[in-house]
Amino acid sequence: MNPVNYLYLAALLFTIGAAGVLIRRNAIVLFMCIELMLNACNLAFVTFSRMHGNLDGQIIAFFTMVVAAAEVVVGLAIIVSLFRTRHSASVDDASLMKL
Amino acid sequence: MENLIALLVAAPLLGAAVLLCGGRRLDKTGHWLGTLLAAVSFGIGAVLFVDMLGRPADDRTMDQFLYSWIPVEGFQADVAFQLDQLSMTFVLLITGVGTLIHVYSIGYMEHDERRRRFFGYLNLFLAAMLLLVLADNYLLLYVGWEGVGLASYLLIGFWQHKPSAATAAKKAFLVNRVGDMGLSIAIMLMFTTFGTFAFGPVLGSVGRTSEGTLTAIGLMLLLAACGKSAQVPLQSWLGDAMEGPTPVSALIHAATMVTAGVYLIVRSGAIFNASPDAQLVVAIVGAVTLLFGAIVGCAKDDIKKALAGSTMSQIGYMVLAAGLGPIGYAFAIMHLVTHGFFKAGLFLGAGSVMHGMNDEVDMRKYGGLRKYMPVTFVTFGLGYLAIIGFPGLSGFWSKDKIIEAAFAKGGTEGWILGGVALLGAAITAYYMTRVMLLTFFGEKRWQPAPDPDTAPSVEPGIEVHPGDMPHPHESPRSMTIPMIVLAFGSVFAGGLFSLNESFVTWLEPVTSFEHGHPPIGAAAVTGATMVALVLGVALAYAQYGRRPVPVVAPRGSLLTRAARRDLFQDDFNHVVLVRGGEHLTRSLVYVDHSLVDGAVGGTAAAVGGLSGRLRKLQNGYARSYAVSMFGGAAVLVAATLLMRGV
Amino acid sequence: MSFPLLTLTAAVPAAGAILTAAVPAARRTAAKWVALLFSLATLALAVLVAVRFEPGGARYQLTESHAWIKDFGVRYELGVDGIGVALIALTALLIPFVIAAGWHDADPLETASKRWRPTQGFFALILAVEAMVVISFEATDVFLFYIFFEAMLIPMYFLIGGFGDRAHGGSDENAAAQRSYAAVKFLLYNLAGGLIMLAAVIGLYVVTGTFSLTEIADARAAGKMDMATNTERLLFLGFFFAFAVKAPLWPLHTWLPGAMGEATAPVAVLITAVVDKVGTFAMLRFCLGLFPEASKWATPVILVLALISIVYGALLAVGQRDIKRLIAYASISHFGFIIMGIFAMTSQGQSGATLYMVNHGLSTAALMLVAGFLISRRGSRLIADFGGVQKVAPVLAGTFLIGGLATLSLPGLAPFVSEFLVLVGTFSRYPVIGIIATFGIVLAALYTLVLYQRTMTGPVKEEVRSMPDLRLRELLVVTPLIVLLIGLGVYPKPLTEIVNPAVEHTMSDVKQQDPAPEVEAAK
Repeated sequence: MNPVNYLYLAALLFTIGAAGVLIRRNAIVLFMCIELMLNACNLAFVTFSRMHGNLDGQIIAFFTMVVAAAEVVVGLAIIVSLFRTRHSASVDDASLMKL
Repeated sequence: MENLIALLVAAPLLGAAVLLCGGRRLDKTGHWLGTLLAAVSFGIGAVLFVDMLGRPADDRTMDQFLYSWIPVEGFQADVAFQLDQLSMTFVLLITGVGTLIHVYSIGYMEHDERRRRFFGYLNLFLAAMLLLVLADNYLLLYVGWEGVGLASYLLIGFWQHKPSAATAAKKAFLVNRVGDMGLSIAIMLMFTTFGTFAFGPVLGSVGRTSEGTLTAIGLMLLLAACGKSAQVPLQSWLGDAMEGPTPVSALIHAATMVTAGVYLIVRSGAIFNASPDAQLVVAIVGAVTLLFGAIVGCAKDDIKKALAGSTMSQIGYMVLAAGLGPIGYAFAIMHLVTHGFFKAGLFLGAGSVMHGMNDEVDMRKYGGLRKYMPVTFVTFGLGYLAIIGFPGLSGFWSKDKIIEAAFAKGGTEGWILGGVALLGAAITAYYMTRVMLLTFFGEKRWQPAPDPDTAPSVEPGIEVHPGDMPHPHESPRSMTIPMIVLAFGSVFAGGLFSLNESFVTWLEPVTSFEHGHPPIGAAAVTGATMVALVLGVALAYAQYGRRPVPVVAPRGSLLTRAARRDLFQDDFNHVVLVRGGEHLTRSLVYVDHSLVDGAVGGTAAAVGGLSGRLRKLQNGYARSYAVSMFGGAAVLVAATLLMRGV
Repeated sequence: MSFPLLTLTAAVPAAGAILTAAVPAARRTAAKWVALLFSLATLALAVLVAVRFEPGGARYQLTESHAWIKDFGVRYELGVDGIGVALIALTALLIPFVIAAGWHDADPLETASKRWRPTQGFFALILAVEAMVVISFEATDVFLFYIFFEAMLIPMYFLIGGFGDRAHGGSDENAAAQRSYAAVKFLLYNLAGGLIMLAAVIGLYVVTGTFSLTEIADARAAGKMDMATNTERLLFLGFFFAFAVKAPLWPLHTWLPGAMGEATAPVAVLITAVVDKVGTFAMLRFCLGLFPEASKWATPVILVLALISIVYGALLAVGQRDIKRLIAYASISHFGFIIMGIFAMTSQGQSGATLYMVNHGLSTAALMLVAGFLISRRGSRLIADFGGVQKVAPVLAGTFLIGGLATLSLPGLAPFVSEFLVLVGTFSRYPVIGIIATFGIVLAALYTLVLYQRTMTGPVKEEVRSMPDLRLRELLVVTPLIVLLIGLGVYPKPLTEIVNPAVEHTMSDVKQQDPAPEVEAAK
């Protein structure tokens, strides 16, 4: 099978994730979309690794997974504490980052 | 002997320092100290004079070098003195009259709680004036020049709690500063032309430069002289300066400081000799002022202001004479000295009258005082005769010579200048007779004393009880003795100076001298002067001697009203300079605030506004940040691809 | 390596600042004495510098040089010429008076918290400013100079913004707002100037490869280092802009009246008599020394701006209603004279300008400090609130008058010498500008005498009737200044002797000679 097809899949997944980030307001869904984008990148990296015949892409994919895991930990913690104080997981309610 | 010159200045300077810094401890003795030091200065002057007389005529100049004042590359200003015949004349006049007026002030200022300070200022004045006439270069002269201005400022404003006195003092200083500007520009011109401003080198090398430069220097010196000597157009301060105590008016604003301008012109004679244009302007300024002052003097009812007008006019004579060149310099100085005697005497007499009359200055409220104040009457009367040029008295000798010299200038100018001088003599006779008649003759027109709080013209040195009728009395001896001495000078000085032309011969080595020959003969000029004198006196007698004088001044003719207002000079100044200046500063304050500062503030506001707009983009919604992030990433990727493609 | 006298002269006030700041809150008086002692020690060191300096010797003396940031060739290089010595002496001389005059200016209010310590801060900041100013006068490394030139803004900012006149006419809150506005304006103006200068400093390094003033100046004088005309002009403008803001030159002056008006009188003296002098000093040392050709190129414009400053400052002073702002505008006029003297490029002009810096420091200090005593007695800065003070406080009025007379350059007082030198120096090269500048002396008389007349003469106002005369501490502050004003007016030789050689060096930097007199005078 032509490895380029995996790249198309990765692009598709990334687009879905990006659209989700832009459109959805629920923090959990947002989070899942971000994960989707990260994994789309991972897929692309692994594909490139296969195409180029070296391991650099696979190594980076591992890094990405580690970072993503760390991010999930911190991110979920924030979302949980936000939900506790505001009883809502909508990101629009937390528009506190402006002056 | 030369080393004594510095002491001339040092003695009064020491007095000023001690009296002004000494504090209340010296209140009891300060006036004696001040008088003593003035007398010491006079004594040193006399010793130097005797020494000078003992030398041959062409070796009488003494120099004393003290130290190098401002040593800067290419610029040499020394503190060095030069005592020649011209300076010597001034030294004797300043210290002599100065000492007399110190003595007079002891009595006159007796009731003033700030008498010590008054004497400190007087000493300061003496020191500055002596510095002025003893300096051997223009820059040091400038120090004395402004120093006397400062002393004059302090003394005019001595009664500072009177707003009028404070204003008059400020005005005098400011007008003088305009003149000082002329002096500093003249010094700068000398520096760029000759590389120095010491008298000897500058005056010795006038022949090497162009007439245009010399005319410029001459005119700037004239501007300086106009400021200090109250000549048109800078004369307006002198009348107001009469707000000062009367001894000040006598010493500074009659006998000495105001004649500094004449000194400057005569001292710089070489420059004016080489520049006929500048010289003519000097003569014209003198002629105009002599008429101006005389006309103003005719209309004033305030005795001191009438005398101030007269001072202006008499100095006009001196400046006129100084503008005639070598035929006039010596007579300018001679008139200066005789004027110093009789005008100081007249002012002291006026002070004595005011002393006896509850400080009333309005001559219309005097009358018939000759019986009550005999000494004052006699000394004032002798001064009067001297100033109008009564034959044989001081004024006659000096003024007649000036009129002769004016005619002797030759050509149309000579006729015009001589005619003006002659006319001035007639007017002088008129206004002085008026003063004399109003004050000492006629019936009593005395009025109850005004309330000092409401009548600002009252000299506050003397206790006045509102509502009291005046009890004219002769003044104490400390005041009459100086008047008597000055009266002697008024009578005899002129004759003494003219004996064998002794004064002219004395000054000749410094000022050079040529005999002027009036086209109509000297005797004819003297005759014409006598006619003018008689006419003036007769007219005044007809107006003020033969019929009663109203206590309140009548409206008077247009000329009278104009003269009362100093021929509208002050009004002109007020409208053009004061109002104009106020508008200018006010609009500049506005400009500074709204334009200059506004430009800066505007920039700040623009930056603030822009960032306010940009801030709106930061709305706090995570997804809008995400959009900009994606957008940015897309743009970057697109840009990279495009760049590759090129 | 000889004894590091110059470093010590700057280090002593710096150490004084730290020690003063460390004094416990309750020991306010002790803090004041510590500050005064350290400022006096600095004065002693400054005198030592002046004594050790040989007027006939090398251009920069008492030099010190150490490597500092090797990668960029920044060195810790100090050295003084005559101009530097004169200004260090002025600074060291004025600071004790500033401290003594401001003795009670920073006492905390009764209601303040016990742990609050404004007094310590006030005096520590003053000493910090002194240290930075002194080192600015000493630095011969451009980068080193730049650092302290900028750093002194920080303590100045706090001095202006943090301490104001007691019992100001308006409400306290309003006064505080005005004060912080003035302080921010001061900071922004000078920061803007400084940042442009920073760009020029970096540019200079890129062009020349060194920050050393002496190295560049020597190389340029020897013709070994040519800059493209445009580069030199741009760099010159970058430096000049910063100094013109600091000096200040019209139209960059508007921060000064606000800062001087809102600050307490001693701080106002610090601004105008000490800190601003760094600007004019730097023009003389850096602008002329590094960029002689560009300086000559810019001279006509700068002279016109200086002339505008002279007349404009004086006219605005006449129009002021606030005593301190009036003095501020008068200072702007005087800075016009200084800058005019520097750029007239004659020996007289530059000697005059240097003397002017010193004399203006003394005269403004005298006038401003007495004005401060006056203001603190009445609790108002408005001229209209005074009248007849002469009658109730004659000594105060007398010293005020002498300060005023010095401001209007009365002959016999020090400022006359410098003003006349500047005028003569300018006139000999640019007669028209010289003559117009002479109008400044009339205007100076006008604003000074109007101020004196309105505050001191006339009927005694009810509010000033019980005004006490100068106290001993105040008299001790004013008297030495007056003595110096008279002394340097009568005998300025000690100062001119130190300054003259430095001016000759500057004149040869810019390759200018005095215009020769038109004719040779007879003897």
